[in-house]
Amino acid sequence: MSTPFYVSPQQAMADRAEYARKGIARGRSLVVLQYADGIVFVGENPSRALHKFSEIYDRIGFAAAGKYNEYENLRIGGVRYADLRGYTYDRDDVTARGLANVYAQTLGTIFSSAAEKPYEVELVVAEVGALPEGDQIYRLPHDGSIVDEHGSVAVGGNAEQISTFLDQRHRDGMTLAEALRLAVQALSREPNGGEREIPADRLEVAVLDRTRPQQRKFKRIVGRQLARLLEADGAGTPTDAPSDDESADSTDTETGSTASTASAEDKKPGGTTEPPAEG
Amino acid sequence: MEANTRSTGRLPAAFLTPGSSSFMDFLSVHSPDMLPGKRSLPPLQGAIEAPHGTTIVAASFPGGVVLAGDRRATMGNMIAQRDIEKVFPADEYSAVGIAGTAGLAVEMVKLFQLELEHFEKVEGATLSLEGKANRLSTMIRSNLAMAMQGLAVVPLFAGYDVDREKGRIFSYDVTGGRSEEVGYAATGSGSIFARGSMKKLYRDDLTEQQTLTLVVQALYDAADDDSATGGPDVARRIYPIVTVITDEGFRRLTDVESAEVARAVLERRMQEPDGPRAALL
Repeated sequence: MSTPFYVSPQQAMADRAEYARKGIARGRSLVVLQYADGIVFVGENPSRALHKFSEIYDRIGFAAAGKYNEYENLRIGGVRYADLRGYTYDRDDVTARGLANVYAQTLGTIFSSAAEKPYEVELVVAEVGALPEGDQIYRLPHDGSIVDEHGSVAVGGNAEQISTFLDQRHRDGMTLAEALRLAVQALSREPNGGEREIPADRLEVAVLDRTRPQQRKFKRIVGRQLARLLEADGAGTPTDAPSDDESADSTDTETGSTASTASAEDKKPGGTTEPPAEG
Repeated sequence: MEANTRSTGRLPAAFLTPGSSSFMDFLSVHSPDMLPGKRSLPPLQGAIEAPHGTTIVAASFPGGVVLAGDRRATMGNMIAQRDIEKVFPADEYSAVGIAGTAGLAVEMVKLFQLELEHFEKVEGATLSLEGKANRLSTMIRSNLAMAMQGLAVVPLFAGYDVDREKGRIFSYDVTGGRSEEVGYAATGSGSIFARGSMKKLYRDDLTEQQTLTLVVQALYDAADDDSATGGPDVARRIYPIVTVITDEGFRRLTDVESAEVARAVLERRMQEPDGPRAALL
């Protein structure tokens, strides 16, 4: 009498995937975009202490949507993996591809193991190269697959709609201010087609900046610097209408702000832009 | 691949265990043989011949601290290396200079740098300067067995304390004993002479530039009386490594800057070989 119901393997996996997807969809979305000097991470995060983005290694950053305790666990695992690898071999031997592989194996094993509940997380692992062509962005969904992304990627609740929006508007060689503005526009879109305002103090922004003189390229953008970059966006609207004079205009603003950022960094590493892992 | 010690390829349990922000703690669980202190030593008779690094000096000034080292490594009465580097940045606001067995010292510094960086990445905040100094103490203590066989590593740790807004210096002994030094400190074979030199020249109101001269004078005096310490090598253009840590972070003087300070000192020593004289009373 105690015969369990037969559940087909297809159905079992579909149920698990459904469970994970629902968990991820409850969280806010985040986007990762390439820009001229690196890769920018933008997300809505009401907390200043519990980060969605963080540094894994010199050129590698991590972004996650979904359940905090589960992705935090994976993040620390990634930091340990990267540091051990760099200590065993050399700092140059730590790559995003290697890390993404380990994450994929881990997520995949957990997803298909009947004894564990699937992780409700979706990760992005990004590595900034010496040149834009060397940039790598990997998206790791809950089931352990790896997607090699180019240009822009969105994960989290409303990811599909945001990705479509980004795919249409993102182009290579955007300045940081342009990329940031595009990201905020994309995140402001509601699933029902409407838009809402995201105030600057609810934004979490970080970059992997290939022009940074330090070995560690990850940097959080907070406070005044963030406000300045968002403000630059009042000047023109290149993403809606990328006309020549406007893009030239915002390129100027951006050069100015990068220069001042760099000098502020050189002078005072303890300021709001530093140290890299603080925010 | 390091992480793939299991056939499934997923991260082993040690990687995903929450709780510790220390890389050394993680290593001691995951692969203890990689920790310098955890290796078993073969029974030995007598001391092992291995290159030794010699003199490190540090001095603080209002607003920061200077840490410098000579460039010589010796093995017995032989010069093993003329251009060894013994002063390293530990993180943004601190540096470590190491006297003693060169091979072990470099490994220890590498692990120490990683320990600080690892903590910073996991916790999202940097360790306090005291915390860093204590961590180094633990590392030296774990090397005690080696030290007993003549492979001692004795560092000098200097950093800028962002909370107290001043430069601080910590010196160590082979057992990991730690003490904070006021003003100036030295370690290594030439440290007696360097300390004597700084004792007469140091004042607590020196500028950054004067402090740079002070440490180079001290290294010159050490090289003058200790055969294991190297003086400025004009012919080969090898000059001391000098680093400065202020509220702007760690900075290592370029070869040109370091040469300039060393040459200024040399120039004066041409007239006064024993260096500047302190007042008698």
